[in-house]
Amino acid sequence: MKKLLIALMTAAAALSLAATAEAQEKLKACWVYTGPIGDFGYSYQHDQGRLDVEKALGDKVETAYLENVSEGPDADRAFERLAREGCKIIFGTSFGFMDPEVKVAKKFPDVMFEHATGYKTAENLGIYNARFYEGRYILGQIAAKQSKSGVAGYIVSFPIPEVVMGINSFMLGAQSIKPDFKAKIVWVNSWFDPGKEADAAKALFDQGADIIVQHTDSTAPLQVAEERGLQGFGQSSDMIKFAPKAQLTSIVDDWGPYYIGRVKAALDGTWKPGNVWLGIKDGAVKMAPYTNMPDDVKAMAEATEKKIIDGWNPFTGPIAKQDGTPWLKDGEVADDATLLGMNFYVKGVDDKLPQ
Amino acid sequence: MDITVNILLTIATAATPLLIAAIGELVVERSGVLNLGVEGMMIMGAVGGFGAGYLTGSPWIGLLAAIALGAVFSLLFAVMTLSLATNQVATGLSLTLLGLGLSGMMGTSFVGQPGARLPNLDIPGLTAIPVIGRLLFGQDPIFYISIALTAAVMWFLFKTRTGLTLRSIGDSHTSAHALGIQVIRYRYLAVIFGGACAGLAGGHLSLVYTPQWVENMTAGRGWIALALVVFASWRPWRVLAGAYIFGAVWIGQLHAQAFGIPVPSQLLSSLPYLATIVVLVLISRNKRLTMMNTPASLGQPFVPDR
Repeated sequence: MKKLLIALMTAAAALSLAATAEAQEKLKACWVYTGPIGDFGYSYQHDQGRLDVEKALGDKVETAYLENVSEGPDADRAFERLAREGCKIIFGTSFGFMDPEVKVAKKFPDVMFEHATGYKTAENLGIYNARFYEGRYILGQIAAKQSKSGVAGYIVSFPIPEVVMGINSFMLGAQSIKPDFKAKIVWVNSWFDPGKEADAAKALFDQGADIIVQHTDSTAPLQVAEERGLQGFGQSSDMIKFAPKAQLTSIVDDWGPYYIGRVKAALDGTWKPGNVWLGIKDGAVKMAPYTNMPDDVKAMAEATEKKIIDGWNPFTGPIAKQDGTPWLKDGEVADDATLLGMNFYVKGVDDKLPQ
Repeated sequence: MDITVNILLTIATAATPLLIAAIGELVVERSGVLNLGVEGMMIMGAVGGFGAGYLTGSPWIGLLAAIALGAVFSLLFAVMTLSLATNQVATGLSLTLLGLGLSGMMGTSFVGQPGARLPNLDIPGLTAIPVIGRLLFGQDPIFYISIALTAAVMWFLFKTRTGLTLRSIGDSHTSAHALGIQVIRYRYLAVIFGGACAGLAGGHLSLVYTPQWVENMTAGRGWIALALVVFASWRPWRVLAGAYIFGAVWIGQLHAQAFGIPVPSQLLSSLPYLATIVVLVLISRNKRLTMMNTPASLGQPFVPDR
């Protein structure tokens, strides 16, 4: 028994030595996710990006991640722990990590920080985001074409700019086809609760919606649509397997190329805090195949996608705010700062924005 | 009328997992054991149920696997707290943490796979009756199990001799032991029953409610079940009432939002918790009766002298 113990201890010591030797050579890149990587939605897609980094730079980089980190003060500890454990570049992937990251970045000036979907920066903190709203405009157009009742059900998480922007873009897209199109909005106050998302979808369908849109992370709403023989859109990843007859398309996040680029920059020593907002034309936002719709609707969606790739912005005037006051003049394009801080609805949204 | 039926069906689906998990925990706590690992056992049931259903293609095998996995997982708690007399609170909490982590690991290959769904009951002639047909004869099988289970537990605890013995152990394990009752054996069986129920509740989530596997899919329902037991002052019919009040307000607030009622959504989201607590506290306002129903030796470790 004693011999076995000694053998085990020696082996462990040798292993840990090997690990440190390796750690000195390799750059450590780390990620913090708010959901589980098994959500098959938002956090899952970020983790796919991490795996892409491993695939591309595996000989020079080692990666680590923390999942299920709740937004708010708790996140401080997560970022601090990673910084102390020798992570050289840390990606925080959720809006609510913004203030914790700013705080921890100040404490660790030698560590490179990146924050997704926020707006605060620092000397060692860059921000990145994807223009999901571009995809949501296309969803709005498809919904208006496909819906028979003229009402979509929209399941949302929290009233942050990202989500508000999405609702507005969706409505602008829908109104471009059917000016009196309506969306019923339900806030579930969670990014991820399959049961609650399913219940919200059922409630919306019961009240006359026949298309479901979500800004939450699970596949549950689409499954309800499939069961009821109605239609909807996936979120973050292609969810066609869960709803082969119901999914019209899905906005798919592809973070891989961006992550590989940034980690490479960190390796070369050329990393600088950036402020990028990638869209469909950069390949960071992809549309899953357009399915379960007639050819003319599909052609329309593809045409809009092409228009966006060519540089057109869904937030191009004339657009009025919810109360009817003008926001953008004819031909005027919203600037990124306004979009990133968006806290108002456009005309035609039938909901009061929770404050 | 159709919308009312739909709403009632949705409420039943939302209430069923809470009811099953809470009824199981009620029996455990009536025997004097506090198992805070409900969330962990539930998620093990969810992953086991989905996994078995997915691999074999039969949701019924999934259902059995969910029950079995919940029971086996609770055995871990039983061995620790009953045979080794560890602290029940700490052991229960670690059971939850272990369950959440372990299920995530076990379920890696199930992520993003559509699973098998338990079919709803469909009795020719009966299910097609307007309004009551779908409510009484058209729900998922676990709904019927949950109602039968509640009735069975009521009967067992208050109408049978074994039930009386179990309750007496919960009130004073020392006296029960002195009377020659095998305290530890009873408690083992109660804990395993609770585990099987939590597993079944988890199976309901991954085989009926949202037929898929995703990590953390219980999303705190185990904790709600635990709270229900306490606020229902350890009475089965009150647990049933609590679960359905919670479900009704939960679904009601979603409908209120979809309808466009101008109440802040954050307030609406907290309503199910508030309403359930208020109603159950009102039901249990008789202090003397509540004291009588509280298992007096709840949470205390018991080591029989030999």
